[in-house]
Amino acid sequence: MEVAAAKLIGAGIAAVALGGAGIGLGIFFGHYMEAAMRNPEAQNKVKINPWVAFALIEALGLMGFVLSFILIGQQ
Amino acid sequence: MASSENPLTQFTVHKIVDLHIGGLDVSFTNASLFMVIAAVLITLFMVAAMRPRAIVPGRFQGSAEVFYEFIDNMLLENIGVEGRRYFPFVFTIFMFVFFLNFLGLIPVGLTEGGFTVTSQIVVTFALALLVFVTVTIIGFMRHGLHFLRMFVPAGVPWPILPILVPIEVMSYFIRPVTLSVRLFANMVAGHVMLALFGGFVISLGGVFFLLGGIPLLAIVAVIALELLIAALQAYVFAMLTCIYLNDAVHMAH
Repeated sequence: MEVAAAKLIGAGIAAVALGGAGIGLGIFFGHYMEAAMRNPEAQNKVKINPWVAFALIEALGLMGFVLSFILIGQQ
Repeated sequence: MASSENPLTQFTVHKIVDLHIGGLDVSFTNASLFMVIAAVLITLFMVAAMRPRAIVPGRFQGSAEVFYEFIDNMLLENIGVEGRRYFPFVFTIFMFVFFLNFLGLIPVGLTEGGFTVTSQIVVTFALALLVFVTVTIIGFMRHGLHFLRMFVPAGVPWPILPILVPIEVMSYFIRPVTLSVRLFANMVAGHVMLALFGGFVISLGGVFFLLGGIPLLAIVAVIALELLIAALQAYVFAMLTCIYLNDAVHMAH
């Protein structure tokens, strides 16, 4: 009983990782937009790279998400 | 849990044909089936699209050439002209991951609903390990034992080296893990999200049938995001393969 409760609490804590990914994506896209607005000519050069960075940042948050589902699925 | 079914059941591997060879379980599963479908689809697509061999490509041939030029440009930008040698390797990996990701998004499959092969950590880890081993072998073939200099960054004062070299070694050997977990986690998270919202449609629709429309709209949005993620993760996988190849070919440090 207590172990099951602890697992659910742990799953909730693990999902907090997504918050970090959200902050990171916000900072990243904010700076990207700023760079693109200030120097529109450079936009073509950095056009495709933001998506790589987006995937790299998001993946770290998703690891916590997957961990939380593993914990829930173990019930 | 609100959903009537565990959202993780979609990731179970079923056996279709039971096969045992010398104590090894090599059964033909739904994962193998979808990998075969992906391989057949890629072959059919590329062969059929390139059949006209027109100088001015039509729509179908153009779609195949888009894939070719995309990977070709990626190799040129990241590695340079020498990167052309590794085109078949990167192209195969990209197309395989790309098709598996998109096949997983089709909700109706041949065996009890769709199946996303890239949501199996075994599959993504095998792919990542293939990349890792290939890159390491290429590095040793091109540079011999000089390849080990990669772990010793140039121009660093020697007292820092005892700390820096283990970090460099670790960051090299963690590559297959991060490469595989990134693809795996993205696919699992997306499909769990779809299954959860699907469960909400049923459970909320049971309360009042119009309420079921709210999560249904969310599913549409999530599917749109998943289409982006499916293409993006294949791209990132190929891109990181290129970056690792560049490390082995040019040895930046």
